[in-house]
Amino acid sequence: MNLGEYFELLINDYTLRTITLGTAVLGAICGMLGSFAVLRKQSLLGDAISHAALPGIALAFLITGVKDSNVLLLGALVSGLIGAFWIRGITTKTHLKSDTALGLVLSLFFGLGMLLLTYIQKQPNANQAGLDKYLFGQAATLVVQDVWIMVIVTAISLVIVLLFWKEFKLLLFDADYTKTLGFNTRFIDNLITFFIVLAIVIGLQTVGVVLMSAMLLAPAAAARQWTNRLSVMIGLAALFGAFSGVFGTAISATQRNLSTGPVIVLVASVFVLFSFLFSPGRGLVFRHLRFRKNRRELELKKTLYFMYNIAKDHEEISHPHAVKILNNFHGFTRATLQQLVDKDWVILDGSMWAITPKGYKEAQNLYSQNT
Amino acid sequence: MEPKIAVSIDDLTVAYNYKPVLWDIDLAIPEGVLMAIVGPNGAGKSTLIKAILGIIEPIAGSIAIYGKPYHKQRQLVAYVPQKGSVDWDFPTTALDVVTMGTYGSLGWIKRPGAKQKKAALEALEKVGMLSFKNRQISQLSGGQQQRIFLARALVQNASIYFMDEPFQGVDATTEKAIIIILKELRKAGKTLIVVHHDLQTVPEYFDWVTFLNVKKIATGPVSSIFNDDNLTKTYGINYKVSVQE
Repeated sequence: MNLGEYFELLINDYTLRTITLGTAVLGAICGMLGSFAVLRKQSLLGDAISHAALPGIALAFLITGVKDSNVLLLGALVSGLIGAFWIRGITTKTHLKSDTALGLVLSLFFGLGMLLLTYIQKQPNANQAGLDKYLFGQAATLVVQDVWIMVIVTAISLVIVLLFWKEFKLLLFDADYTKTLGFNTRFIDNLITFFIVLAIVIGLQTVGVVLMSAMLLAPAAAARQWTNRLSVMIGLAALFGAFSGVFGTAISATQRNLSTGPVIVLVASVFVLFSFLFSPGRGLVFRHLRFRKNRRELELKKTLYFMYNIAKDHEEISHPHAVKILNNFHGFTRATLQQLVDKDWVILDGSMWAITPKGYKEAQNLYSQNT
Repeated sequence: MEPKIAVSIDDLTVAYNYKPVLWDIDLAIPEGVLMAIVGPNGAGKSTLIKAILGIIEPIAGSIAIYGKPYHKQRQLVAYVPQKGSVDWDFPTTALDVVTMGTYGSLGWIKRPGAKQKKAALEALEKVGMLSFKNRQISQLSGGQQQRIFLARALVQNASIYFMDEPFQGVDATTEKAIIIILKELRKAGKTLIVVHHDLQTVPEYFDWVTFLNVKKIATGPVSSIFNDDNLTKTYGINYKVSVQE
């Protein structure tokens, strides 16, 4: 299927339209809330929570016996929240650091979840098949009702973020100070954590337990590269997430046998890679280019300063000198000389050069300017 | 007339994981002093401030700000945390950080408006950072970041200021600028409690001092208690400080 056919399908095909909408909304909410996780240095929290949700899915199925995705996700929400608060409890009540707490909760809950899944699969019940789709996600199973839930959760979290914007920002930047100002930091923290868990849970069906944390982190990490403003970062992260969802779905729909979840995550990773390389302020490429440019500029000015030292010993600064005498100077090339001419700092006449008044002035100000 | 007591602490004990960090501290800080808290690393200086401000829950003891518990007197108190306690790569500007000082008086949900912005700009001007107001905070030098923190506390317009090592890692110019502001605040009748490391500058900068090393060693006017005896008791070695005449 080519891209034209894809767009035709997108408009006409119910399933593809639903999936595209769902992954776009999911990407947006994950990008938005993931920004908070990244800025709190809790990047791995998402990973632990998504794994912690697995036993909840299995238990919800065991208790109710139905495979309705809403029931299962409710189970995931409960066990995800329990995991999140265990992590908090372990870090505040014991000597263990948060990475240890995250690792413990992740493996404990995931182990339990896998155990329950195997147990369920051994049951003589025709209904049990397909629970393992929550491991890696299966976007094709999204129905309109699921998308509606995503839209509602996204709308609620957007309202919450806008309402508590000031409190969230303060807590993210300086938690102790937030406390001294009289804000209930535990409440703000719980609010952020609750919505992060919620975003993870609604993404499990599409992306799955294993890759869910990437949905949370990748758009936020990419967005951070492009801006120094929190609001812009969160907006960009939502946008990157939504685009990852749309592109990922499109790519997996146009190819045979490409699972949607992993493709979305890969597309999001491409955003990250591109941002790390090419963002103007923080990107590696531009940083390197700026570094090279600065170095070249400095070399040029060093040459000019050398010429200035020769010229200032003469009564007339425009007195010509042989190019040859520059040759002992380290770093001098024909190209640098030409650049000096281009800048109107030096005039070149055959094998002779002379400094211009402009170049003379520039060299005089060289050091006072830099300090 | 006896001066009013701004901060009074009774039998305060704080522990991290069963190890006492502060042991049975009694302290009365008179109104209007510029007080240094000095002591070796691990003496509990920052912990004392954090306990007063309710950031850390003490095991025992009581703390009063002008006779009432801290949570009732918040609007009277401003805090300058250690510069290293936050991530300066956070995506925000200098003005935005200073504006955070107004959040306490705003309360929940309400956003800062023109009045808060004006107060923040004035504070930035006071610390000589007005021209950096739109600068991303990671692009500020250490001294400039410290000034931003000070400005954020100034915006709170408090009566008592708690500062955790405001001179740490700043250059001589910034140190001078900060001490001028602190002295101005004291002149305006404010009480300032400053965790300080450089013993040489204590007599020059401060008029009141508390020696702390898990227990309180001594507290009082610099002129009468800042001596080798108390320094030795606090630092555990035979300490000699040359007080410049």
